[in-house]
Amino acid sequence: MSGRSTRETERLHPITLSCRISGLLGLFGAVLCGAPAILCGAPAMAEDAGLFDGGKLLLTNGVSTIEGSAGGGLASWAVIPGMETDHGIGLSAFATDVPLRDFNLETHGFAIGLRNRLALGYARENFDTLSAGEALGLGHGYTFRQDIVTARLRLVGDLVYGPQWLPQITLGTDFKHNLNGAVVRLVGAKQSAGTDFTLSATKLVLGSSVLINTTFRLTDANQFGLLGFGGDKNAHRSGQFEGSLAYQMSRRLAIGGEWRTRPDNLGFARETASHDVFVAWAPARHVTLTAAWVDIGPVATFRPQRGAYLSVQIAC
Amino acid sequence: MLGLVPIALALSSPAKAQNAPDGVDWFKEFGVEQPRPDPVSGELPVKPYTVTDANAGATPFAGSDMARTFGGQDGIHRLAHRLVTLIITDPAIKDIFVATDTRRLERTLYEQVCYILNAGCTYTGREMREAHRQLGLKTHDMNALVEDLQRAMHERGIPFAAQNRLLAKLAPMKRDIVTR
Repeated sequence: MSGRSTRETERLHPITLSCRISGLLGLFGAVLCGAPAILCGAPAMAEDAGLFDGGKLLLTNGVSTIEGSAGGGLASWAVIPGMETDHGIGLSAFATDVPLRDFNLETHGFAIGLRNRLALGYARENFDTLSAGEALGLGHGYTFRQDIVTARLRLVGDLVYGPQWLPQITLGTDFKHNLNGAVVRLVGAKQSAGTDFTLSATKLVLGSSVLINTTFRLTDANQFGLLGFGGDKNAHRSGQFEGSLAYQMSRRLAIGGEWRTRPDNLGFARETASHDVFVAWAPARHVTLTAAWVDIGPVATFRPQRGAYLSVQIAC
Repeated sequence: MLGLVPIALALSSPAKAQNAPDGVDWFKEFGVEQPRPDPVSGELPVKPYTVTDANAGATPFAGSDMARTFGGQDGIHRLAHRLVTLIITDPAIKDIFVATDTRRLERTLYEQVCYILNAGCTYTGREMREAHRQLGLKTHDMNALVEDLQRAMHERGIPFAAQNRLLAKLAPMKRDIVTR
């Protein structure tokens, strides 16, 4: 009978708050609004059984990347999603909107974490070309869509505990399936589906309140896979780097920046590294709100795409 | 007013309180010796062990900055008292402390934090592995305690960066504390 009943009171009002903010993210945000109750309601009852222990320290579950894995937004981290620790199951769901100069990226998904060891996730990316679609001859509002299934396995180490020199190290893979195969082949992509492999090391260095993350990714994805995989310039996977540096201001608030290099496979349009600066805030145990300024570089001959990144994550 | 004193004494006496309703002193019947609290400290006796600062499980900070940030020995006393109050009422972990001598816990926690912060204490408690050996703790139990400690430090106005510097000293102890 060791439920976290006193923490229940802490949960309530920020959910209302996150509802208002997620309302900005459209229909999925509205669905997500009811999610804490749906997602975390049953687990809360099961907490007595110890299955959904919800015992991670705040923010140490990370936020959801645009590809649905746990991380900092752009970069994948070695953390396992959900609030569970090494004897439980955790769940998380997210909705993210990235309004850029000429495009809009919307992404949402969910993930399950098992014993803080294994993670499985699904995400859908919708990349709306808005009026740029007309200029590209695709039609106004032509939208590239992609399904992503992510898997992560924590090999060794702990984000917070254990020796300071040993980070949490996680091996992962992203299975990506672009739903606009004909169009992405037309622009030069070799394939409409691709598989990324990641190796991440992440540590919260408590002594300096700093989180450091490095991820090595083998990928052939063009614009994260939204423009297919491989290209006329380079058909195969190449090694790419994702780095994050964050400072923990309080239990609930962290700020940071990320850098992610990407392959440049397509002849018709240059692709460069992307980066962001972010603020992540956990108003309650189950809720993390992220706001960032992001620059994903030029996309499909259009000028460098900069804009906001707004994300809501519910986790238990 | 004076009439209340015998009642208070009766309530504070463990032998009386644990007498069964049937009036039989089962401890006596089965020859179980009741631990007697130390008349001065109020702490229950423990099995002898080697007392050394190394039992604290961490090396102290250099200099006096951290001790000052935590309000010296007085501030650390208040912190330890608040922490013990929080953990024995936290629904997530309070059951762990049902059979714990909280006076001794508060004193040894005080000494440990005071020693690590280099605030002029020696640690006389047991070694971490030994002290937690039979508790069967899981990671989420330790996390709950960390959150209670964070709350206690926050209430005392200790800057978050300094809180984390102390936690950095405690974090490596997880392997001795969490056994499941």
